[in-house]
Amino acid sequence: MDELFRIKDLCMAFGEKGVLENIDLTIRRGEILAIIGPSGSGKTTLLRILNFFEKPTCGSLKFDGMDIGEINDIRRRMSLLFQTPAIFNASVFDNVAYGLKVRGIDKKTIGKKVGDALSIVGLSGLEKQKARTLSGGEAQRMAFARAIVYDPEILLLDEPTASLDPANVAKIEEIIRRVRDERGTTIIIATHNIPQVRRIADRVGILLDGVLIEVNDKEKIFTAPQDARSAAFIKGEMVY
Amino acid sequence: MSSADFLFQGITKAFELIVSLNPYILSITGVSIKVSGTATILATLTAIPLAFILAFLHFRGKQALIALVNTGMGLPPVFVGLFLWTMLVPAGPMGFLRMIFTQEAMIVAQYILITPIITGVSLAAIKAVPKPVIETVYTLGGDQKDAVITTLKEARFGIITAILAGLGRALAEVGAILIVGGNIARTGSIGGIGEGLSETRTLTTAITSETSKAEISTAIALGIILISLVLTVNILANFFQRRD
Ligand SMILES: Nc1ncnc2c1ncn2[C@@H]1O[C@H](COP(=O)(O)OP(=O)(O)O)[C@@H](O)[C@H]1O
Ligand SMILES: [Mg+2]
Repeated sequence: MDELFRIKDLCMAFGEKGVLENIDLTIRRGEILAIIGPSGSGKTTLLRILNFFEKPTCGSLKFDGMDIGEINDIRRRMSLLFQTPAIFNASVFDNVAYGLKVRGIDKKTIGKKVGDALSIVGLSGLEKQKARTLSGGEAQRMAFARAIVYDPEILLLDEPTASLDPANVAKIEEIIRRVRDERGTTIIIATHNIPQVRRIADRVGILLDGVLIEVNDKEKIFTAPQDARSAAFIKGEMVY
Repeated sequence: MSSADFLFQGITKAFELIVSLNPYILSITGVSIKVSGTATILATLTAIPLAFILAFLHFRGKQALIALVNTGMGLPPVFVGLFLWTMLVPAGPMGFLRMIFTQEAMIVAQYILITPIITGVSLAAIKAVPKPVIETVYTLGGDQKDAVITTLKEARFGIITAILAGLGRALAEVGAILIVGGNIARTGSIGGIGEGLSETRTLTTAITSETSKAEISTAIALGIILISLVLTVNILANFFQRRD
């Protein structure tokens, strides 16, 4: 399988505080990779590094075979969805259209792509509504549409369902699968929701205290974890 | 004449002056709007870019500049007037400009007074835009230019409020423009009501002089117009604050 990201010996510290240690991780094109770990284990920091918000303190990051040079070009091939969506004070349409507008796409194409994205997330017809008046679940789905509207190759999702009700969780999970199946998007999802990982992931990485203790196919992780701490975390025995 | 009659007559005549579009009062209103409006436009053109520079860029002397803006927000108008007067009088260092007692001098005075206000209030509005909103611009493939445009859009109501605050302050200000403008009207205005035309006489400076000449109805008429203008500005500002 084709590699999209290759992360080697990566570490990250904020001042004196080490947050990630010796991360080795290869992300394959078209997979859904779940990064699971308790709160504070470094999931958000890892996603922010992949989206170039933070510069790792050591190690290397290769994207599609290239060393990271011109950040903006690579950034434009991906999308990061925050845990709590940050919404522009504008209509749903203008929010979703944003990534297309900054790419200078023509109006007609924008209209069509926004329509498609809103239909995928089940918000068709809400184009004109002020985005700030959406409910929490709708807002997260709108942010999802905004993140996929320009067909990014990689979608980074930071606990996309952490604050949602079960109905919206199910919808988001369905959207995640659909986007991967229909568009071939590579998806990296940070979560601490283990049942969710069972439902949607292909591969799983377990992050504890900034250390990626195990990365494996989902079946292997759940049936035969290689590390005692992985087993404990998956069974929910780990107190956090 | 009882005090009630006195007040009643003053107000009645004031309304007559306004309704009849008295040229003297009209010219004073015009000068007020022109001077304060121009000062506000010029101050806005300085203040908004300055606020963005202070919000987005890191450079040496930035903290000093912010301190200067904060101090400037509370500058006493008479001090600004005095300072400008000493610069602009014929014997002063900038006397060659021949600007003392002109509308231009008044515009400069109000520009100095309100640029810090518009800068400071805009800066607060820009800083109130949540960081994740700006980061979202980058996650969606935008660059720094897009981040600036988005911030401007997100802070738009706050920035409009800042501009209106500046305009309101300029319209109501009297100390600075009285000193550098001189409250001058062309002949005829000294003796009677409704004669002559304003040169550097504004609603506020005229109220001062008309009151001291006991031209009560003229002063009241000017006061009504001033209050209506300032109130309109404040209602607009309130409206935009609510939109946020
Ligand atoms: N900008 C920052 N400055 C200092 N410490 C940070 C910063 N961002 C995250 N951290 C710390 O890094 C650790 C990992 O945080 P995070 O990546 O958010 O974990 P998670 O997303 O798994 O909950 C936490 O201890 C957090 O306090
Ligand atoms: Mg997190």
